[in-house]
Parts: sequence; C-alpha cells; structure tokens
Amino acid sequence: MSLDVDVDHRRGSFHLEARFTAAPGLTALFGRSGSGKTSLVNIVGGLIRPDRGRIAVDGQVLVDTERGLFVPAHRRRIGYVFQDSRLFPHLSVRRNLLYGRWFARGGGGAKADLGTVVDLLGIGHLLERHPDSLSGGEKQRVAIGRALLAKPRLLLMDEPLASLDEARRAEILPYIERLRDEAGVPILYVSHSVAEVARLATTVVVLADGKVSAVGPVQDILPLADATDGGAVLDATVSCHDEAFQLSILQSLAGELQVPRLPVPVGAPVRAYIRARDVMLSLQPPTDISALNVLAGTIAGISPAGSAQADIRLDCNGATLMARVTAKSVDRLGLAAGRPVYAVVKSVSFERG
Amino acid sequence: MTAEEWTAVRLSLLIATTATLFSLPLGIAIAWLLARGRFWGKSLLDTLVHLPLILPPVVTGYLLLLSFGRRGPIGGFLAEEFGIVFSFRWTGAALACAIMGFPLMVRAIRLSIEAVDQRLEAAAGTLGANPLWVFATVTLPLCLPGIIAGAILAFAKSMGEFGATITFVSNIPGETQTLPSLIYTLTQVPGGDAAAMRLTLVSIAISMLALLGSELLAKRIATRRQTA
Repeated sequence: MSLDVDVDHRRGSFHLEARFTAAPGLTALFGRSGSGKTSLVNIVGGLIRPDRGRIAVDGQVLVDTERGLFVPAHRRRIGYVFQDSRLFPHLSVRRNLLYGRWFARGGGGAKADLGTVVDLLGIGHLLERHPDSLSGGEKQRVAIGRALLAKPRLLLMDEPLASLDEARRAEILPYIERLRDEAGVPILYVSHSVAEVARLATTVVVLADGKVSAVGPVQDILPLADATDGGAVLDATVSCHDEAFQLSILQSLAGELQVPRLPVPVGAPVRAYIRARDVMLSLQPPTDISALNVLAGTIAGISPAGSAQADIRLDCNGATLMARVTAKSVDRLGLAAGRPVYAVVKSVSFERG
Repeated sequence: MTAEEWTAVRLSLLIATTATLFSLPLGIAIAWLLARGRFWGKSLLDTLVHLPLILPPVVTGYLLLLSFGRRGPIGGFLAEEFGIVFSFRWTGAALACAIMGFPLMVRAIRLSIEAVDQRLEAAAGTLGANPLWVFATVTLPLCLPGIIAGAILAFAKSMGEFGATITFVSNIPGETQTLPSLIYTLTQVPGGDAAAMRLTLVSIAISMLALLGSELLAKRIATRRQTA
C-alpha cells in the first residue's frame, strides 16, 4: 500500500502545505499541537476539502483539485479512530462494532471479522455493554475495532491515547502494536508524544507550522525531531531475565542493557528510548558507579542546544545514542568528533517493541 | 355520555391522530432543513412555519377556507384532479389541526436535531455510511425523544384546536364537530352545563394520558439505551 499526499490548505492565517508518501506499517505524523496534524488527517479522511492538492491511496486518486475530483468520506474506505472515541451512544458495543460492516463492500482492506477483532483488542466481555458504561481505554479499543471492521484500506488514528491517563495508555499501546503487526492495514498515526512515536512508528513525518520538516525511518528522524527532549531509539531483544534482581538483560547493537524486569518472554523484540538528558559521558570506563548500563562509542557530532548546553551524537557500534551535556563539560573534557567516550545511561525510558 | 358526545370524542381522536401522523414526516424534514440547512430564504421559511403560532386562529382558518375551499385555488385543483375535498369534511379539520400544531412540532424536533453531536455523524461517514444512512441510523435515533415530544405537542394542540377548525370546516355533528366545538355548542344552549363539564373532564383525561404516554415512551427509549 502507499499513501501519497500533496496538499495546500489555508484556514485564517494558518497555511498547511504538506507533501509526503507513507510506506506500509505505522506512519507517525509528529509535531506539537497547532502544527496542522489533525487538519492533515481530516483532509486524508475526507472530512476537510483541501484548497489545492492531490491524495492517492494505492494509486486510486481520492482528491485531485485540478481535475475537480473529491471522493466523499463514506466512499474512501479509510478508517478513522478519533481522539474522543465517538461511539454511537444509542447502540450496544456489538452493534457499534458491526456498524461499518453494512457498508464494507469490495475486497482488499484489513482482514477483519468480528471474532478476530474482538480477540485482537480483548473486548469480548464488553459486547453486550453500552458505550456509556465503558472506561476511556475500553471505549478507544472498541472505536479501533469499529474502524477495523469497516475493512479500511488505511487506518487514521488521531491521538487516540491523548484523552487517557498513563495507566490506560499502557493498556492500549500493546493492542495498537498488534494492530500494526497483525491486521495488515497501514496506519497513519497522529501524536505529539515522543514515547508513543518511538514505540509505535515505522516511519515518522515531522510537521512544524503546517510544513513537513522531515520524513524517514523512526531511528533517523526522532533524535532530530525531539528538540526539547532529545533522545534516541534503540532496537533490542530480551536475551535473559535475572529473576534474583528482577532485571531483564537486553542485547542491542550498541551493547548489553540491564533494565527492570519486563513482562515479555526471552527473545521478544523491544524498543528502548534513551533520552539525551539521561546519558552522562565519561572519558574513562567508569567503575564503582550505581548506573548499570555503560556503552562504549565514539562522538559522531556535536550540536549546541541553547547557549549553555550541547547535544552529543554518539556512534555506539553503529547505533545512534544522544547525550545532553553542558557546554562547560564539552570544553572541560575536550569533547570533539571522533573521540571515544563511555556513555553512562542513567535510565532507559523504555518501550516494548 | 350521549351518542353525540361519543361521536365528538372519537372524531377528535381521529382528527388529532391523522393530523399528527401526516405532518410528522414533513415536520422532521423542515426541522432538519432549519437546523442544518444553509440556503437563501431560510429565515423566510422559519417565519412561515411559525406563522400559525402568531396569527389569530380564525385568520388561519379563513386563509385555509380561501385557499383550500372548493373554489379556492388549491382546494379546487385537488377536488377536480384527485377528488380530495377538505372543506366541511373531517379531513379539513385534520388539515387545520396539522397546520396549527406544525410550529410546535417543528420547534421541538429542530432543537433535538441541533443537539445531535455532528461528530458522531462524521464518524458514521468514515465507516462508509452515506448521508441518508447517517441520517437514518444516527441522527434520527438520537433525536427520537425530541420527535416524540414534538408529536405529542402537535397531538395535544390538535385535540384543543377550535378557532381555525370552526372557521374552515364549521361545526357539523358527526363530520367536523370536535370535542372543543361540541363543548362550545353545549355552553350556548340552556341545560348544556352538565354535558359540557363531562366533556371537559374527558378532554383533561385525554391530554393527561397523551402526556403520560410520551413520558413512558421516552423512559423506555432511555432504558433500552442503557441496557442495549
């Protein structure tokens, strides 16, 4: 599947001007609030008619303003999971889920029947309930299932976790991962959360002030995009668990990581997100310190972050790591590109892959 | 109660039910147009719908007589082409009642349509429902309480309608003599007080039953939604 977007849209003084192509998997539309993410998704979904542009899914043109073509939302077969779940209050969960089935015609799209979707999202016990009686997390899972059962060719998710607290987010994230890996439908996912994007995205499209500022694989883009809270994504697998100390040992390109015991089996892929401010640098291999994770690498680049700080990009055996240090430390330690250093990782804010 | 009184009660119920049921689809359509439409002449339509509420009922009845009477432009056409006659028939009374109750019906339905969350309609669209299906499966069920309220208001208005009815179709026993017309007649003749009182009580009972019925119906919809 492919999604080609090239649109211009003005609303008041805001000018959205976006051009990108989304690959299979989960494409994250990333940017701060007001950057035009939701408008862009609404344009793709057919809820907003762009002033100018062209949108195509799998080569089928949905919008082409030059030819005066505009396919209305109900004929696009694009699923939409809204921030506020928008379940129909007058229908039971089961009938909410089956709503789109009446209209789903033609082949292709997501592989979805009620049984599979209910299992995938863990909502079997809710079927006879009423939307009013569901928790926020349950509502979002039902909303995801409802969109899937309409057999969409593309699934749009507009900050589906934004209205939920931390615990509910943690409850839903694994389901979105399974969706990405098992449902066979590409996802365009709007988020302003680095943690969500790091965990879920295959590709990242960074949006700033209505313009696309970067597009690429999550490992390349996220360290650049996350200017205020820099960090790096590290893919790893669980090599064993240390039950005595309740730790999990991870193998990554950069080396071994020890993290608090993860509830996943040995061999499971995980994705760690290491924030730049959680990384200290040392010229010598540090000994007798409390931090468990020390990775060796060389400095690949230094970019100033404000007047007093600098972001150091490290190359750890091919994997990228970011460290934020003070300008004074750069000067005192004589940090420069090519210099071998040891990165002390204070904490792995860590995302299951 | 006498046979004459029973006839008036039955006739009133028939006229009010007919007026309500026939005006309901049009009422929903107009309410939707006023709630959602953006077109030239919308405030004109709004005024037109509300006119029977402000005009003296006798004026509405007289206008009906002029236009729907046998020699009126619309009445004449309908009588010649389709054999439908309104003047001095119970159907004319139903027409008068429908027009008098229409503003109340449209008002209630319009308010409930305006209260429907349009984001839900957009969601239904992304699930593949075309606008007509969205209306039938989302908008309509969600404003059902307003539709019931509007229908009951129109029904109650029809049961009590007097001025326009008597002007348009007169007061013919067995054809156009409704409850209010008969009560009026009875108060004009000596010794009619007892009968007028009986019919007044019947009138009160019917109105209260209608109101009670609508409350029960609204409650049943609400509970069905809770347990659905």
